[in-house]
Amino acid sequence: MAQDTVASTTANQRVSIGTFLKHNIRDYGLLLSLIVIMVFFQFMTNGTLFKPLNLTNLVLQNSYIVIMALGMLLIIVAGHIDLSVGSVVGFVGAVAAVMMVQWKVDFVLVFLVCLVLGAAIGAAQGYFIAFFKIPAFIVTLAGMLVFRGLNLWILGGMSVGPFPVGFQLLSTGFLPDLPGGTFKFVSMTIGALVTVAIIFFNVRERLNQQKHDLAEEPFAIFIGRNVLIALGFLLFSYLLSSYKGLPNVLVVMFALITLYAFVASSTTIGRRIYALGGNEKAARLSGINTTRLTFYAFLNMGVLAALAGLIFAARLNTATPKAGLGFELDVIAACFIGGASPTGGVGKIIGAVIGAFIVGVMNNGMSILGVGIDMQQVIKGIVLLAAVCLDVYYKRKN
Amino acid sequence: MDAILEMRGITKTFPGVKALSNVNLSVKSGEIHGIVGENGAGKSTLMKVLSGVYPHGSYDGAIHFAGEERRFRDIADSEHLGIIIIHQELALVPLLSIAENIFLGSEIANKAGVIDWNAAFRRTKELLKKVGLNESPQTLIDSIGVGKQQLVEIAKALSKNVKLLILDEPTASLNESDSEALLALLREFRTQGISSILISHKLNEILEVADTITILRDGSTVDRLDCHAEKIDEARIIKSMVGRDLTDRYPDRNATIGDTIFEVKNWNAYHAIHADRHLIKGIDLHVKMGEVVGIAGLMGAGRTEFGMSVFGKSYGQKISGRVFMHGKEVDVSTIPRAMENGIAYVTEDRKTYGLVLIDDIKRNISLANLPGVSSKIGVVDDPKEILVAGKYRRDLNIRCSSVFQQTVNLSGGNQQKVVLSKWLFTGPEVLILDEPTRGIDVGAKYEIYGIINSLAESGKAVIIISSEMPELLGMTDRIYIMNDGRIVGEMPTQEATQEKIMHTIMKSWED
Repeated sequence: MAQDTVASTTANQRVSIGTFLKHNIRDYGLLLSLIVIMVFFQFMTNGTLFKPLNLTNLVLQNSYIVIMALGMLLIIVAGHIDLSVGSVVGFVGAVAAVMMVQWKVDFVLVFLVCLVLGAAIGAAQGYFIAFFKIPAFIVTLAGMLVFRGLNLWILGGMSVGPFPVGFQLLSTGFLPDLPGGTFKFVSMTIGALVTVAIIFFNVRERLNQQKHDLAEEPFAIFIGRNVLIALGFLLFSYLLSSYKGLPNVLVVMFALITLYAFVASSTTIGRRIYALGGNEKAARLSGINTTRLTFYAFLNMGVLAALAGLIFAARLNTATPKAGLGFELDVIAACFIGGASPTGGVGKIIGAVIGAFIVGVMNNGMSILGVGIDMQQVIKGIVLLAAVCLDVYYKRKN
Repeated sequence: MDAILEMRGITKTFPGVKALSNVNLSVKSGEIHGIVGENGAGKSTLMKVLSGVYPHGSYDGAIHFAGEERRFRDIADSEHLGIIIIHQELALVPLLSIAENIFLGSEIANKAGVIDWNAAFRRTKELLKKVGLNESPQTLIDSIGVGKQQLVEIAKALSKNVKLLILDEPTASLNESDSEALLALLREFRTQGISSILISHKLNEILEVADTITILRDGSTVDRLDCHAEKIDEARIIKSMVGRDLTDRYPDRNATIGDTIFEVKNWNAYHAIHADRHLIKGIDLHVKMGEVVGIAGLMGAGRTEFGMSVFGKSYGQKISGRVFMHGKEVDVSTIPRAMENGIAYVTEDRKTYGLVLIDDIKRNISLANLPGVSSKIGVVDDPKEILVAGKYRRDLNIRCSSVFQQTVNLSGGNQQKVVLSKWLFTGPEVLILDEPTRGIDVGAKYEIYGIINSLAESGKAVIIISSEMPELLGMTDRIYIMNDGRIVGEMPTQEATQEKIMHTIMKSWED
């Protein structure tokens, strides 16, 4: 028997590139889909998609969806859903607007108060879901109505703005750069440093795996993947640097993605959320406080929705009654396109981020092409269904 | 009298296990036929073969019913001929009315599917009268007791023109007067020419009503007794039920038994949903260092409920009682606190309560003690986790391609070893093992026994809850016997026999 085991371990490490890809088709397929979609629109729009101006817009337009997808992924992995985030975006934006414009409160204080408000909203909904065991679908559906209503009530049906310049910088500001010249060297340098850092961490992890004889990914694929990542990041930084540089919100977004990816994959909290979604009964019997964990997942979602609401308001420079309408659908779609399982326990932060960008690039590309809002929704719906169908198909096949 | 049912040479194999081997069952027309046997003797499997849950072709042998050979493809097939099973777990929809439940799936409706409620209510009234249940057809199932629900099930069977009524442990959750009424009803049916099969652990009830008794053991028919031809008593039945040799299926243990580590005093618990059902009634027990203690009992005796309620109140409500570790009272009010105090409970249902099946082996092993593989601020140290998982993989001989393998793909025995590893990694002093070898093949069982022995040898206290009496007799130092939520007996394993245990249980029914 011991020999059997040894033999199978060695066999494992000599997986051919083909079989490895087949087993991990979902992960690589996702990244590949994003690239294909980007190339497709780049071609169809005669190069408009990758123009520095449009690329910057793409980041600004999607930052709040990406940020909310981070929290939503954790909630979906835990086996729940949050339908209220779009309304929370509108409500928090409205509160911020009233405080800054009508009450003349300092924007830094407003920013902090709004994050606390988001936490309170998330805690309230999480309380009913975790402690009262009311299905998240119902609680957040109620929240969706309540906060949309409060948004209208606070604004009195009107738009409120404009905001102080300092607040607007959250969304419209860029990293400062050397005076003079059109190319943003600081931004490019940061982009290059981040690229080097990512490659460094990937290599370090690979070496660590090899030390423990655990490297499963064929070497060729490892190299290929990293070259692609490096090229992508460098190209992206270059294009942004040749316009206005790195947007502030990109920095915030990138920091959050890194943080959440780390929490989800490498901390005890992350592990427990996956276990909770994978088998709540087993998790509970293993001494995990599943109730409290669910509560915190929703609290966290509330904070991220509030942050998204602030960024969105700052971007429009006004709070409107319709702000955030339908955002929850884009956020949830991003998670499912990104490979999260509707039954919980499965999903990656990076997947949700890529999913959000797939949705974002499609929105942006179709708008440039002049596809009407009607057909845009039809196409997005079909893409979502196709992505989940593919998931189910590959799961059955394995 | 002719036989209404003849099952001949029934053999049913599951992967790795022979559940039934050459079983014969013959039920005469208009008789009450008792089937008895230990847990796992094959009673339920036999009934599933009969009712078509296991369709023709998935077993060997022949079924003759009402004079013809039958090849049932599914339950609908057998029901069509009037073979109706009433399971221990009632299959009623709680929030529908009695009438809706009785005609569920065979509604009295016209061609367009519109139900004629007047006809349904009228017919329900007739049926309820036949079973002696005085309730309105519109009463919700939820609002009547278990005994009455049982009668509704029987009324439902009557509505389907039943020829052979099969009752699987019908009185397990009934009180005395309800049980009496049910047995009287079976006698009443006998005079009407309806045959019944009664499966029960309560031998006194079987003796009271049965005309013929078939005894199963280890998947074979071992005896067939005619209650009218000879005088039969419980001792006679028990002898056939347990007559089995203990071979050396159990490895030797070399543990020194020390002081009492774990003690439970006056433990009480109520049903998780039905707050008025007192499931665990004042249990006292203790386990010493290096000792393996068994809890014997029939299905439904409350053993699992006891184990889980002690483990951080993970089952039941209105729980009371005291738990001591090394003579000091400890708090076991939540699962984390029970774990902190050195208690581990290894579930009987590893797929539902033990494993995160979509996760790999290492993540399952570390799940109950993540801090043990993490830094102080809660960052999981992956290499350390792999090392820990690898250690248990070697120690417990978990057969897998690597610790990255998903647990869903492991065999039952290896899944059980993963669950055991998870609990061993929490460093417990007391392990409550609930059916540790259920659904595991013989070889893996032996390995699990070896693990249990080495736990005892290393000074841990082990409690084994098992429905397999030979396992308890082969593995433990001392046995508690539980029935109906109480400890009804305790004996050193050296003095225990299967007959003694069975007698203790049967005697407790009479008290």
